[in-house]
Amino acid sequence: MTEVNLSNVIKDYGKTRAVHGIDLGIEDGEFVVLVGPSGCGKSTTLRMIAGLEDISGGEIAIGGRVVNDLPPRERNISMVFQNYALYPHMTVRENLGFSLKIAKADQTAITKAVDEAAGILGLRDLMDRKPAELSGGQRQRVAMGRAIVRSPDVFLFDEPLSNLDAKLRTQMRVEIKKLHQKVGNTIVYVTHDQVEAMTLADRIVLMRDGHIVQVGTPLELFNTPVNTFAATFIGSPPMNLIDGVVSGSNTINLAGGLSVPVPSRVRGLVRDGQKVCFGFRADNLMPVGHSVEEEGEKHELELTISLTEPLGTETLLFTDVAGNEVQAKMLNPRPVRPGETMKFQLMLDKCHVFDAASSEAIRG
Amino acid sequence: MTRRRLPEWFVLLLPAIVVIAAVVLIPLVFSLYSSFTPYKLTRPATLWKWVGTYNYEKILSDGKFWAAFGRTVLFLTIVLNLELLLGLGIALMMNKVTWGQRSLRTILMFPMMFSPILVGFQFKFIFNDNIGLVNNVLQSMGYNAALPWLVDGKLAMFSIIFAEVWMSTPVFAILILAGLFAMPRDPLEAAKVDGCTPIQTFRHITLPFLMPFIYIAMTIRSLDVARAYDIVQIMTGGGPARRTELLWTLMSRTGYVDSRMGLANAMGYVSIILSILFTIYFFRKLSAARAQIGMAG
Ligand SMILES: Nc1ncnc2c1ncn2[C@@H]1O[C@H](COP(=O)(O)OP(=O)(O)OP(=O)(O)O)[C@@H](O)[C@H]1O
Ligand SMILES: [Mg+2]
Repeated sequence: MTEVNLSNVIKDYGKTRAVHGIDLGIEDGEFVVLVGPSGCGKSTTLRMIAGLEDISGGEIAIGGRVVNDLPPRERNISMVFQNYALYPHMTVRENLGFSLKIAKADQTAITKAVDEAAGILGLRDLMDRKPAELSGGQRQRVAMGRAIVRSPDVFLFDEPLSNLDAKLRTQMRVEIKKLHQKVGNTIVYVTHDQVEAMTLADRIVLMRDGHIVQVGTPLELFNTPVNTFAATFIGSPPMNLIDGVVSGSNTINLAGGLSVPVPSRVRGLVRDGQKVCFGFRADNLMPVGHSVEEEGEKHELELTISLTEPLGTETLLFTDVAGNEVQAKMLNPRPVRPGETMKFQLMLDKCHVFDAASSEAIRG
Repeated sequence: MTRRRLPEWFVLLLPAIVVIAAVVLIPLVFSLYSSFTPYKLTRPATLWKWVGTYNYEKILSDGKFWAAFGRTVLFLTIVLNLELLLGLGIALMMNKVTWGQRSLRTILMFPMMFSPILVGFQFKFIFNDNIGLVNNVLQSMGYNAALPWLVDGKLAMFSIIFAEVWMSTPVFAILILAGLFAMPRDPLEAAKVDGCTPIQTFRHITLPFLMPFIYIAMTIRSLDVARAYDIVQIMTGGGPARRTELLWTLMSRTGYVDSRMGLANAMGYVSIILSILFTIYFFRKLSAARAQIGMAG
């Protein structure tokens, strides 16, 4: 059983606080992704779990054992570093086998494990090269391989795919997921790419400025973001947000003269005159006749198209609402000219209302 | 009237050529030539007598020369290894120091700032059997015999090695410290995660990375030590009774005391081979080590 528990974990670098008291429980075998913008403290958190960074406050436990003062080698973890951290004087083969050699595994076991990892990662042709003779992507794969040749209790990945090209990245994403399904180890994975987070995670931990913003399954984060930051960070394209003011109890007057009804979910939770942010995803704003037929509260709007982005099976439509760019999605697309005015259908019960002052979601 | 003019590049290089010829080429050719003559400083006419390889034959069959040669190799080996170990130790400790490292680095280099002659005098005093510091300390601790530091063959060798190591360990320390500073941090962290103890990390990661720096220091120092002269000359003069005779003290004695310059020059040329061999050896090691850590271009 290797659950990882962080309670009130703090990291100070001198006077600046990089991580502000994080509480997080990771279950045995769970795939948790830490995601957030650059500099939000993801790597720092991961490195504290690894034992490479002292903990300024709080407690980290791995498998029920408090590891605050244990060196990395006693934590039975393996880590893929953001900048590879390969051993420059060793060949790929030696790099892969190093941890097993240190653990005094016998030679046949090492050869077997190294060979297996090399197969998974497509490194067989590169085994006798030094890291200096590899491309960035190849190095990253070696770094991955080095982590998977041992079977640690916990895998720690720090942006392991950031230097791969799009195709290889997708491929490796699948490999990582397969690996997890096969060995079932606990994985903590850091990325700033929300697509990676969505596709890989059992649970996503969204971070900002050293705080946890939201923890939940990918769908929870996608469907019920707790604030405007979560709403815009998760999901592609990002959620559309338009400022508005509640008028009466049933209407929101949006900037730019539009108005929409208050979704029934939040009716009674907003007051007259409250400044809000009205949010909805492109999938929930579709031209009439080009949408999915779905039950639910709907509202019709007329919008003028400013730009189109045909993607084949669908087209992204860009419109402009009082200076805010709003994206909509068109299924079974037909050609659309910029400047054309179209009738749209907004799925009201999928819309979000955030308090403008606190940017927190208002939810029933 | 046509005057042939020298090519321009030659004219421009002429001053340099003249200087190099005067300070390097001519002495080189002269000394090489004189090693084939029975040249004696007191009888200049002997310079014109060609004796072929007589001097070389004489040296190669001379026990005193081989004793000095062997002693130099021994001296070289002991000094280089000691300096390497101490330098490595000092550099590793310095690398851990977080506060006042700059000042420490400067202090570390003090021994290198003294002239070897002064270091020689200083240690000659320290190891003096009557008034020397070491014997005084020993006596005040209750040890009641005056050790003949600079007289007994083994002790004298020890004293010279001590002085040499004291003076030049910083060369190793500084070069290795530079290596430690240049060392990337991530492989060290990766090694920690991969399960290495600090000693294993040092053995498998740090040391391979430092090897090129160590070989550079070795090369520099092997040339230095192979021509160790000043400290030895001051402290023991190669004596007593040639017990600390190294190649260079032997050579200077032969050349200037016995004034047999032809013979001394021949010794010089034989011992140069020693330096060349050491240099080649360490350069080989150096490029191998560089290739190991992927620095070779
Ligand atoms: N050694 C350090 N000394 C001082 N501050 C640091 C140090 N390492 C990180 N920080 C600061 O801590 C904060 C979090 O850094 P961290 O490396 O965890 O970011 P990150 O979320 O991994 O970002 P990225 O996606 O760019 O890798 C940053 O503001 C950074 O400037
Ligand atoms: Mg990072």
